[in-house]
Amino acid sequence: MSSRITLAVAARVLRQLRHDPRTCAMLLVVPALILTLLWWMFRDQDVGFTRLGPPLLALIPFIVMFLVTSVTTLRERSSGTLERLLAMPTGKGDLLAGYALAFGAVAAVQSTATVVLCVWGLGLDVTGPVWMLVVVAVADAVLGTALGLYVSAFARTEFQAVQFMPAIVIPQILLCGLFVAREQLPTALGWISDVLPLSYAVDAMSGVTSSGTGSLAGVDASVWGDLAVVVAFTVVALVLGAATLRRRTA
Amino acid sequence: MRGPQQAAVVVRGLCVVRGGRTVLTDACFEVQPAQVTGLLGPSGGGKTTLMRSIVGVQLGVSGEVSVLGRPAGSAELRATIGYVTQAPSVYGDLTVAENLRFFARVLGVSDREVGRCVEAVDVGDHRADLVSRLSGGEQSRVSLAVALLGRPRLLVLDEPTVGLDPVLRRDLWGIFHALAGEGVTVLVSSHVMDEAERCDRLLLLREGMLIADDTPAKLLARTGAPDMEGAFLALVEGRAR
Repeated sequence: MSSRITLAVAARVLRQLRHDPRTCAMLLVVPALILTLLWWMFRDQDVGFTRLGPPLLALIPFIVMFLVTSVTTLRERSSGTLERLLAMPTGKGDLLAGYALAFGAVAAVQSTATVVLCVWGLGLDVTGPVWMLVVVAVADAVLGTALGLYVSAFARTEFQAVQFMPAIVIPQILLCGLFVAREQLPTALGWISDVLPLSYAVDAMSGVTSSGTGSLAGVDASVWGDLAVVVAFTVVALVLGAATLRRRTA
Repeated sequence: MRGPQQAAVVVRGLCVVRGGRTVLTDACFEVQPAQVTGLLGPSGGGKTTLMRSIVGVQLGVSGEVSVLGRPAGSAELRATIGYVTQAPSVYGDLTVAENLRFFARVLGVSDREVGRCVEAVDVGDHRADLVSRLSGGEQSRVSLAVALLGRPRLLVLDEPTVGLDPVLRRDLWGIFHALAGEGVTVLVSSHVMDEAERCDRLLLLREGMLIADDTPAKLLARTGAPDMEGAFLALVEGRAR
């Protein structure tokens, strides 16, 4: 791997985004609108926004980066630029790390804006440190990027790539504890929920908002554990993604 | 003529099987350095597969392919081969200069190379334009400019002149010969037979078989045909001596 190439890839992905102001605007505005809508829905109830806000803070960067990455990577495959890069001295790790870096940075900006809105604009109750919400959101976004990279190898068209969102993401949303608390799921579904990365992403985010004092850096140990699981899933997805990047093709 | 030199590309007994179908059968040839070698033949004849085998991105390859003294696909070769596929292989949502600067950084060559390569293919006026706004011919020249970055020793160009107007085609062939004059080995494919006469040496490929490996003049003499189209037909129909 080469840091020069990794940074070149990351800078190039960000430059492509800069040429697309509408996407940039939507990346910032859409999450804010969704969370404002959620806050409005539950305005006359006590706990709704506090309970559902954190899972959405985890879901949005994950979903957005999953979609953006799978489409970008597919475009890279079909335009021939991936083949060109792999015929150059680009390492597979350079490409993956470059993408993760670029979309991680986008997620950091997106999540900071959303967290600021939730905590100071919409009055989300957070007992743990607010910065940790951003850290978890970035980890979720990079997880989405890693899964998107891996999954895009199995799509031949952009239509197929977009279909992976309902196929891979929606079951995780259903089982992550948003609709039915994970402990209350039927046993078999509980096991499935235990091996899906989004469950840990949502647990981590909810954990920050209820973290007590006297814990590590103001964050409960369980949150650090959940975050470690998310990072581990990301690494596995990146390794699997690297295996799908082939220098030689048929 | 030049004295004996080490061939830039040596291919011995190359066979390629794709999806159970043999697309290249027992190809044997050498590509001489600092020359423009044309890979001619009808579409579907195996030209792209042969080029991909030389660049080292083709699966299902058997036989020996060595490039600049190393096995095709070696990591050491990646910075010394410029490869242009038929797809533009540049980013439509970046400007010409941004594309070139990105690939220059990947290759680790200086930004000054960007100006030189953009001028070499005559897209200097479009430097600040998004690639997606350019015509197809301009896009393929941007792709060629990327391949020139870092002065590769071998250029492999898959149908770079297809769909271009005659003036541009002539100019591109001028560029190829100028590069060969600087010592670059240029391998160019085309399915347009009249481009064959612009090459120093020709490889004719049909249905996965190499049917000729000669200079254009000698091919015409051998077949007694008035032009390359006729020479190709004579070879296919076995009228060559």
